Amino acid sequence: MTLIQDTAVATSAPAARPRRRSGRREGRTAFFFLLPSLLGVLLFLVLPIIASLALSFTNWKLLGKPAFVGFQNYIRLFTADPQFWTVLRNTLFFTVEYLVLNIIISVGLATWIASLKRGQRWFRVVFFLPTFTPGIAVAIVWMLIFAPGGFFDFIMKSLSLGVPNLLTDQTLAMQAVIIVSLWANVGYNTVLFNAALDMVPPSYLEAAKIDGASAWDRFWKIRLPLISPTLFFGTVMTAITSLQVFDQIYVMTRGGPGNATATLGYAIYQRGFQNFQMGYASSIAWVMFALIMALTALQFWLQRKWVHYDN
Amino acid sequence: MTTKVRSRRLTLALDILNHGALILVALLFLFPFFWMVSNAVRSNAEVLAIPVRILPQEFQWDNFAKTWSELPFGRFFLNSMVVAGSVTVITVVVSCLAGYAFARLKFPGRDTLLLGYVGTLMVPSIMLIIPLFLIVNSLGMVNTFQGVILPVAFGTFGAFLLRQFFLSIPDSLEEAALIDGASRLRILISIIVPLSMPAIGLLSLFTFIAQWNNFLWPLIVMTGQENATLPVGLTHFQTQQGTQWNYIMAGAALSMLPGIVLAILLQKLIYNSIALNAGMGGR
Repeated sequence: MTLIQDTAVATSAPAARPRRRSGRREGRTAFFFLLPSLLGVLLFLVLPIIASLALSFTNWKLLGKPAFVGFQNYIRLFTADPQFWTVLRNTLFFTVEYLVLNIIISVGLATWIASLKRGQRWFRVVFFLPTFTPGIAVAIVWMLIFAPGGFFDFIMKSLSLGVPNLLTDQTLAMQAVIIVSLWANVGYNTVLFNAALDMVPPSYLEAAKIDGASAWDRFWKIRLPLISPTLFFGTVMTAITSLQVFDQIYVMTRGGPGNATATLGYAIYQRGFQNFQMGYASSIAWVMFALIMALTALQFWLQRKWVHYDN
Repeated sequence: MTTKVRSRRLTLALDILNHGALILVALLFLFPFFWMVSNAVRSNAEVLAIPVRILPQEFQWDNFAKTWSELPFGRFFLNSMVVAGSVTVITVVVSCLAGYAFARLKFPGRDTLLLGYVGTLMVPSIMLIIPLFLIVNSLGMVNTFQGVILPVAFGTFGAFLLRQFFLSIPDSLEEAALIDGASRLRILISIIVPLSMPAIGLLSLFTFIAQWNNFLWPLIVMTGQENATLPVGLTHFQTQQGTQWNYIMAGAALSMLPGIVLAILLQKLIYNSIALNAGMGGR
């Protein structure tokens, strides 16, 4: 026993120095391994973040020299810009309606699919398909459906519902954008929540069934609380992406009619790449970032009231 | 006994009804795909005809070939392949190296740096569009492939994803190779990477699809029509006078094809990866 210990000490003592040297060598290896990634991250992520903030305090218009203007861009946004409040309202309107509908539909579909005895995976694939296709192509197809005299108008007319053309109506154009966004993206959350439902131990549901809980109760009191962490994750991610909505609007409405569907994402594009107001557009981008942070923080605060963590 | 048989029959009937109803919903959901193809294979006059026709009077299947020959959709397709393919290759290589450093090598400030990497995932991509364009512009790379590829090829998600996967591989496999004097790079290439194919496949798939579908960034950088990727190319024909809807629909179908094929073929991989997210949401 002591002999083994002695030899162990004896061999480990001289090994200490080479290990330190190998530690430094490991550090150097790590440096070279990380170098490509670090260079890319610094140049295309860290620098742009700093530049974006700096730009938002200038009046740079691409041509000419930028001048520092302090908080003027932000002041103009909130007090002088006639469009900005509309854009902000549109963005929040879109986000709230889209988020609520997305979660309700995806939870509904996920639960429905989970209730099937066979073919679950094929239904998952069907609803997932649009999420893997270009948002632009999806928006173009829906634009044809919504075009004046197109398929949607044809159906509305056949049912004599008296719904005006969506894309040219001030109040309904945003609904068209929301329908397209839902169709394009609801599949991801459907699969996400369906996967979470699959992880609910069947024994819990069996036990509740034996105790006489109805299907309705089993859904609200067992399944939903058990998948609530995933529900929370899906809600946060969907909210972050929906505040950035752009593709569908660019194709279908270009922010119109009027400013009815102009969102923050579209305003950044318009100011930055049509008017070349790089400074002003950057300040809109930071308002968007602040909004994303605020909404995420709000959701983290609210989660204490409805998300149940197991362990 | 008879009540048992009856109740079994009842559950069977309800089961069939349940399936049937969801099949109906799924078919309605698939309608836009049908509408796209149905309009892609008819004449342009018939696309705009009122009243709407569900099926074309005459199927013009060669419209798909014509998008390739009469409009530069072939070129767009190739551009998209080059962009999405290059971004995927760079992302995988860079993420493997960085992920390995984070998972296996000790260096000062490792955990802080990793936290920083994860933190950048919060930044909305649309926020970076303006400074990124200015950087690309100052490098003289507007309307070039480098310009559209490089700024999106160094995302931090891949390094984090692969680090997580590398950590699940037992150390003992490498220790033997280290004692034999193999370099870390050798170990990464010949031991770690082959064992990590599920994670690398996943990263490749999602990177490729994200870039294939990306619109705003190539729209801004690729100012020349000949360099447009498919999504950008599709919008070029939107405003041209006398919009040829049938060709645009054929082009849209073409642009959706890789994603649809991959989603069907790799459904298990996709499901497992999303299920992993669902599981992690519980942490």
